[in-house]
Amino acid sequence: MDARVATAFAPMADSTATIAPHRLTHLERLEAESIQIMREVVAECERPVMLYSIGKDSAVMLHLAAKAFYPSKPPFPLLHVDTTWKFRAMYEMRERMARELGFELLVHQNPEALARGINPFDHGSALHTDIWKTEGLKQALDQYGFDAAFGGGRRDEEKSRAKERVLSFRTPEHRWDPKNQRPELWRLYNTRKRPGESFRAFPISNWTELDIWQYIYLQNIPIVPLYFAAERPVVERDGTLIMVDDDRFPLREGETPQLKSVRFRTLGCYPLTGAIESTASTLPQIIQEMLLTTTSERQGRVIDHDQSASMEKKKQEGYF
Amino acid sequence: MALTDTVAPAKAGAHQSDLIAQDIEAYLHAHEHKSLLRFLTCGSVDDGKSTLIGRLLYDSKMIFEDQLAALEADSKKVGTQGGDIDFALLVDGLAAEREQGITIDVAYRFFSTDKRKFIVADTPGHEQYTRNMVTGASTADAAIILIDARKGVLTQTRRHSYLVRLLGIRHVILAVNKMDLVDWSHETFDAILADYRAFADQIGLQGFHAIPLSALKGDNITAPSPNTPWYAGPALMPLLETLEVEDDLQEKPFRMPVQWVNRPNLDFRGFSGLVASGTIVPGDKVKVLPSGRESTVQRIVTLSGDLPRAAAGQSVTLTLADEIDVSRGDVLAAAGDPPEVADQFESTIVWFDEEAMLPGRPYLVKLGARIVGAQITEPKYKVNVNTLEHLAAKRLELNEIGVCNLSLDAPVAFDPYADNKDLGGFILIDRLSNRTVGAGMLHFALRRSQNIHWQALDVNKSARAALKGQKGRVVWLTGLSGSGKSTIANLVEKRLHADGRHTYILDGDNVRHGLNKDLGFTDEDRVENIRRVAEVAKLMVDAGLIVLVSFISPFRAERRLARDLLEDGEFIEVFVDTPLEVAEQRDVKGLYKKARAGQLKNFTGVDSPYEAPEHPEIRIDTTAMTPAEAAEQIVAWLDGDQGDYSI
Repeated sequence: MDARVATAFAPMADSTATIAPHRLTHLERLEAESIQIMREVVAECERPVMLYSIGKDSAVMLHLAAKAFYPSKPPFPLLHVDTTWKFRAMYEMRERMARELGFELLVHQNPEALARGINPFDHGSALHTDIWKTEGLKQALDQYGFDAAFGGGRRDEEKSRAKERVLSFRTPEHRWDPKNQRPELWRLYNTRKRPGESFRAFPISNWTELDIWQYIYLQNIPIVPLYFAAERPVVERDGTLIMVDDDRFPLREGETPQLKSVRFRTLGCYPLTGAIESTASTLPQIIQEMLLTTTSERQGRVIDHDQSASMEKKKQEGYF
Repeated sequence: MALTDTVAPAKAGAHQSDLIAQDIEAYLHAHEHKSLLRFLTCGSVDDGKSTLIGRLLYDSKMIFEDQLAALEADSKKVGTQGGDIDFALLVDGLAAEREQGITIDVAYRFFSTDKRKFIVADTPGHEQYTRNMVTGASTADAAIILIDARKGVLTQTRRHSYLVRLLGIRHVILAVNKMDLVDWSHETFDAILADYRAFADQIGLQGFHAIPLSALKGDNITAPSPNTPWYAGPALMPLLETLEVEDDLQEKPFRMPVQWVNRPNLDFRGFSGLVASGTIVPGDKVKVLPSGRESTVQRIVTLSGDLPRAAAGQSVTLTLADEIDVSRGDVLAAAGDPPEVADQFESTIVWFDEEAMLPGRPYLVKLGARIVGAQITEPKYKVNVNTLEHLAAKRLELNEIGVCNLSLDAPVAFDPYADNKDLGGFILIDRLSNRTVGAGMLHFALRRSQNIHWQALDVNKSARAALKGQKGRVVWLTGLSGSGKSTIANLVEKRLHADGRHTYILDGDNVRHGLNKDLGFTDEDRVENIRRVAEVAKLMVDAGLIVLVSFISPFRAERRLARDLLEDGEFIEVFVDTPLEVAEQRDVKGLYKKARAGQLKNFTGVDSPYEAPEHPEIRIDTTAMTPAEAAEQIVAWLDGDQGDYSI
């Protein structure tokens, strides 16, 4: 038994484990389903990996993985496809979680992107994302020979994801063919594949943003502090508040970072992630703000703005 | 319709926002205990299905301002509502589909109210997409079947209802949509209702709700509509919030397919899975299937401590008191009420693949956590889902549904689908392409006698017989206890053996010490006793042996069964005819005495009948000849013209 697993997630009150057995709540049903999916993939695939983005969905995924295989450690490594442009607080969180949970942590940085110094300021968000993330992910999956990769994608995030399967079949070139996905009935997942083919597995497909927050709250799951409001140095660009997280940030003429009470609804590369002005510094306050707010979650992500079907295009190219 | 009318805030959401604003902790507490309802929407392209889902999302305040802005823009660009908000655009996803104005796959949508979280499976109404609907239906607790009030019950309505029934969805809601276009006519609604009820009866759909509504205008969605004063039932949303989802699964016997054997170290061995039905507490006796071994549940292990109890729907890890063999794919079940184990089934199969289902072709079946090789017989019939007619079929094509027998390469634990979806629902996988080519529902296990598949072997019966220079036969000696069957059989075997023949004796007493030691002397057990011996004898004949069966075998029906298992001429019935008085007088083993004294129940001739053969191949009158003469008569018969045992 691994004591580290237990200490990292010492839940204050684990309602999902002890609630009256006669009536499962929606979160209990979702949790059980996610765990069932994780176990199924681990039992049937040869070399699974969990993609770790360090965000709140990833935090829930780690927690579910710890539950699914306890008292064993989750029998797969974590893979962080790094762009070198994440928030510093995210790197700190990554190291802490890997240490406390005893996961094997793999970090991949696309060597080509590193050599060319790809960054969102000089190359634009689309190229930056494509080379660091899309290409980087393919490289890492090929390099380690993973045949199944767990991701934290949810069907409520974006319209084209509503039709994504729990197990998303990918060709040896990592392409996703919307016409050639396998039907998923009951709790039965078909994981059979030929050498080179792989799956992306989305155990939290049926969770919504509210479910994620509520679960984090109930299970006391550690998340990056950036989700909570604090005074942070930001500049406003094209109507979006961008945090100046390190000295690589090229300030424009006359631009001075302002200290504002902000927080982030999603986390990614800091130059591409919009902050919102907020004073919500506790989980209930965050949830309150989210429920009363009128813009959807992904609006904070700059990459989605191009056109309404852009996520779908990225997915066909192999982006998660 | 003006845009401003459409975007007026939904009444249902208003007091929720107040609670969120004033007391978020109270709100969270309330929402922590929400239940979950999964439902399916089915309807034809123009029934307004996407509009209905869009309306539910909108009325439950699941549409954010940025989405609304995009929706307004899209509505003007590609909308079908003449510039007004087109709710359907909210739920149509993939770009290509959106241009065609149709949904072509299963899409899942989410919304919640203060009572429930909902997962909506949106499936298309097209002729060719039975597969998608079956997929969406497999996980649904409820189904909304949409009808266009102007068109009434259509072929598609019937098809959707049949599939909903086939997949065992518990709650059916008939949403009679576009009521605004028939002037809210009560008569129209009633006529549709009567029409549908007649059909529902026909397919055995017991109980459904019917609601007159307008998804576009929002009538009878969240609150009763002033346009339908004649309708006394609930609006759609309140109905969805109160349907019973805690079904009787927890009341059923415990079942858990083992997904993963959890072995962190040598001291711990747990079995992980999702409880498919029933409940379990430490100390409960469980049976491992198909092996049949039993043990006791020791702990229910979770990250946050051991549980005192686990119930259907929970993912857990169990440890057992004994070190017994349990692997992935096994089923842990209540020891007192285990599921059946079988390898031959009748099932309904829905075919998903462009390549037709071929009888006899090897596929893989995934059932629970088990994957086994399988073959499917020629369909008994296929179902025309539009007319419900049963049609003859040689194969199943894409989107066809048929009743077929299924033969697995190994026995599995199962429950009929109607009792337990997790232990009775399966998918079929093509061995070469790895595609999921079909899905099915188990009805019941076939009796073992109804084997539907034989392994084709190159070395066959006649090849084996040729090598031995003889023809395999069963010489079946029947007669009362003490008639001399064993003695005669023994002498026959000696003679044949001396002639260089390959023989074997199956003797009643000996077989009961081994193969049949679990059987008693009730009529049922006697039948099973003979059935097993007949099957063994058949295998031996297949191996080319001359088998001497020496069994009382008192019932004609069972001797008939043995004869029918064999080919013409292979079964030689020998009636060892000894009158009861004579046999009782001999009483070599003292059994008649015991039976008469009442110490032996069901003794043939005493308190259990003996049905003498009517047309035996050979009749031996033991009052007229010695055992040696009887043996001589049998060998002569086998040697003679009628029964030449050499080839």
